[in-house]
Amino acid sequence: MRGYFKYLINGMIFGIVLVKSEIISWWRIQEMFRLQSFHMYGVIGSAVAVGIVSVWVIKKFDIRAAGGERIRIPQQKFHKGQVYGGVLFGFGWAITGACPGPLFAQVGAGFTVVVVTLAGAIAGTYIYGVLREKLPH
Amino acid sequence: MSMLIDIGIAAWLRQPWPWYVAGPLIGLTVPALLIMGNKGLGISSSLRQIIAACLPGKVPFFQYDWKKEAWNLFFVTGILAGGWVAANLLGNPSPLRVDPALVQEMHGYGVEDTGNLLPGDLFSWRALLTLKGWIMMVVGGFLVGFGTRYAGGCTSGHAIRGLSTLQWPSLVATVAFMGGGFFMANLVLPAILKL
Repeated sequence: MRGYFKYLINGMIFGIVLVKSEIISWWRIQEMFRLQSFHMYGVIGSAVAVGIVSVWVIKKFDIRAAGGERIRIPQQKFHKGQVYGGVLFGFGWAITGACPGPLFAQVGAGFTVVVVTLAGAIAGTYIYGVLREKLPH
Repeated sequence: MSMLIDIGIAAWLRQPWPWYVAGPLIGLTVPALLIMGNKGLGISSSLRQIIAACLPGKVPFFQYDWKKEAWNLFFVTGILAGGWVAANLLGNPSPLRVDPALVQEMHGYGVEDTGNLLPGDLFSWRALLTLKGWIMMVVGGFLVGFGTRYAGGCTSGHAIRGLSTLQWPSLVATVAFMGGGFFMANLVLPAILKL
């Protein structure tokens, strides 16, 4: 349990940022998909830029994980699900105005009805698990 | 003097944070999780974890040792708590600012609540009892869960972590997310909102 406390704190900071930057707002997502605001593009773009530089620094200086373990970055393999599933998620993102992280933050911020959206997302995950073998990958 | 500075910081924290503050903080989550314990940022997999922990049934996709990845359940619990802190201790006292053209378009669909992060017209317990609200929350949520798992990740796992580690399949996924979102928001959502 004690070893997990740091992830709770990191998640908490992440959640505060999601709410304070209004990324959890349905309106910001609508503005993004209608090209009415730069905000979301700025957030995602600068997050990726900082991420790329950080990962490069980790590799360049062989920075180790806590405990001295070498940092592992698993390679993604391409499959058709990234296209089909990606488009379906895009539909859901535009409707709910939220991806999975913001759903948790919205509930925390007091939008209690979002537990229904979250339950819908859990149901969707479950149905994917059931149909997995039959879907093109 | 120091009290004045304190008030200044508190007032600043309560304002909406600009993209150039939020984006880098989100980006730093990638190295933070790697250094803390070789963990890859990814939130949608927590949904699979919840099922594996609570009701795996006979579905092989949910039969794995979820306790090995329990960290992400702590991470999403943290997000929930952070949402509470941000809304209750650092809440913005002013109404949300929304693009005027979007406000006008949404007024046309009867969406009047433009001052909150989520419009109560569409996302509330009362709205859940309407066809429109049910589609927005239940169907929308289903697509988020099904789509992210099928794609193998969401905005955090593919767009942020995947692109940060220069993985081209994550770029494909991110383009698919955006394509689906543009299509839905501009061509389909207006019809749903007219219901």
